[in-house]
Amino acid sequence: MNIEYNYGFLDENTKRMLRRGLLKAVAIPGYQVPFGSREMPLPYGWGTGGIQVTASIIGSDDTLKVIDQGADDTTNAVNIRRFFGRVAEVATTEKTSEATVIQTRHRIPETALKSGQIMVFQVPEPEPLRTLEASEVETRQLHAHQEYGLMHVKLYEDIARYGHIATSYDYPVMVNGRYLTSPSPIPKFDNPKLHQSPALLLFGAGREKRLYAIPPYTDVESLAFDDHPFDVQTWDSHCALCGSTESYLDEIITDDAGSRMFVCSDTDYCATHQQEAKQ
Amino acid sequence: MYVAVKGGETAILNSYELLAAERRGDQDTPELTLAQIKGQMRLALARVMQEGSLYDEELAALALKQASGDATEAVFLLRAFRTTLPRLGYSLPLDTAAMRVRRRVSGTFKDVPGGQVLGPTPDYTQRLLDFTLAATGNAPKPMLAEQPLPDVLPCVLDVLGSEGLIEPERPADGDPAPKDLTREPLMFPADRATRLQNLARGDEGYLLGLAYSTQRGYAESHPFAGEIRMGEVAVTVCPEELGFEIEIGEITLTECQMINQFAGSNTAPPQFTRGYGLSFGEGERKAMAMALVDRSLRASELGEDIHAPAQQQEFVLYHTDSVEASGFVQHLKLPHYVDFQAELSLIRTLRKQFDTQQRDEA
Repeated sequence: MNIEYNYGFLDENTKRMLRRGLLKAVAIPGYQVPFGSREMPLPYGWGTGGIQVTASIIGSDDTLKVIDQGADDTTNAVNIRRFFGRVAEVATTEKTSEATVIQTRHRIPETALKSGQIMVFQVPEPEPLRTLEASEVETRQLHAHQEYGLMHVKLYEDIARYGHIATSYDYPVMVNGRYLTSPSPIPKFDNPKLHQSPALLLFGAGREKRLYAIPPYTDVESLAFDDHPFDVQTWDSHCALCGSTESYLDEIITDDAGSRMFVCSDTDYCATHQQEAKQ
Repeated sequence: MYVAVKGGETAILNSYELLAAERRGDQDTPELTLAQIKGQMRLALARVMQEGSLYDEELAALALKQASGDATEAVFLLRAFRTTLPRLGYSLPLDTAAMRVRRRVSGTFKDVPGGQVLGPTPDYTQRLLDFTLAATGNAPKPMLAEQPLPDVLPCVLDVLGSEGLIEPERPADGDPAPKDLTREPLMFPADRATRLQNLARGDEGYLLGLAYSTQRGYAESHPFAGEIRMGEVAVTVCPEELGFEIEIGEITLTECQMINQFAGSNTAPPQFTRGYGLSFGEGERKAMAMALVDRSLRASELGEDIHAPAQQQEFVLYHTDSVEASGFVQHLKLPHYVDFQAELSLIRTLRKQFDTQQRDEA
């Protein structure tokens, strides 16, 4: 039993089916396109949607960066990068600025994206209304009628109960003024990076079998109210390694006594910053 | 000084080796062969082939060996392989009426044409641990019947059909080709062929629980096991360029025709209705559970009230797949540092507000 897999693991017809879905997704920003998601050799929930999107667009002249939680060296990011190294023999990098395709779980890099770059987001639940309405039949109708009252009421109830909106990640956005969309579970800190991004943003949900996209230079608005404008997370401290006051920080517990420190979640950004500080 | 954790790749590669060593176990014990798994673990094999949607005993045995006997993991391995296979063609519909039967029972009639045939069933074994099996060297010699079974056993439900007391089984209007759920996403409402396909791939434990719930008041459907048959069925293809049918082999199947009460509606007379289950190998539990859930999912088509989980298409069909469920439940062990950090700062803010409020009120 000796079996060779196709370039990028998926067969060419499947890649074409995916690219057709992606073209539709780009043509209707924020709309969830159902697609014939394949079973990948990684478990659902590990990024099978993102992997299929990456596999369908990647070529031998691409440079791939894979991050999980902003970091290039977390086990899942390492594993996905290794997978593409095995089945697509593609060059890989940890530098945001050098990558042509960046597959991500839960973060957008701190370094501003450029025109020509493609971000591929791994999406566990593509439907922003799912926690408010369990039925897919219902939510598809709500999108068709652009009926998003449920979400506005939810945000309003947050304000009534807590004084502010109590959603800290996977914060819903309106794409191109039409579709309510899940930005994937990125912290709301990253939401402003979606607006008028020069890069193409592709989203793949493997288990839920949906694709969607935010084309370059598209308006992306985080939901808010006039008297409760959208805001992002801030920290009292700065990164303990590079000193940045502008990046998203992870809290690290350093001993049994509960001492903690804050460091950048974006490892490439942090390393670059440390280098610059030394020079 | 804190240093960020590195070396994920080395750790991953080392985990491969450790897993392989645990799989092999004590090296003084002979290694399990695929022939042993195929020959002596046939029910585990059938389940893996069934939920893996691939009838290949050799690969299923390999998957079971690689997964150290974990059926769900073996199903996953088989599915990830299956997804890469090209489609050479589609077989003609299987003719289960022409099955070479090895077991056939009916719970609705004491005797049926061709008789009740127990076959290799554990149903009446009394479930006493058989300590003789702890030793090797067993060579059972089953008795041969005086007369062989007829080549074809008539289907029990046809008896009711000739009286018009059970709904006829007809293809949907226009006899549309069934969708292929491994190539197209599941969309709602799902037609019966799609539902059956989903149930066929579904996790046996999940279907068993749902089926059980329909017997305990959640979608009561008064079922009777009209007929359960197990045996070999020929697989036939008709290549376009040849234009004639070719038998390419045979597979073992278990089929269950469940009979359910139906009081009738404005348009349909009172009659029995059907629930259908089919599985690879001797998958009787799976086929029966599938038949009960198939019937409960027909509620809207038959004009019945929908009030129980087993009647709700989206609830049932979205959650049958063990590969999807296992992946998403277990993905929680992946890093969620970033989102957790976001929630942590939110909880701290809320907590501060709460404490201030409590203090002010005191």
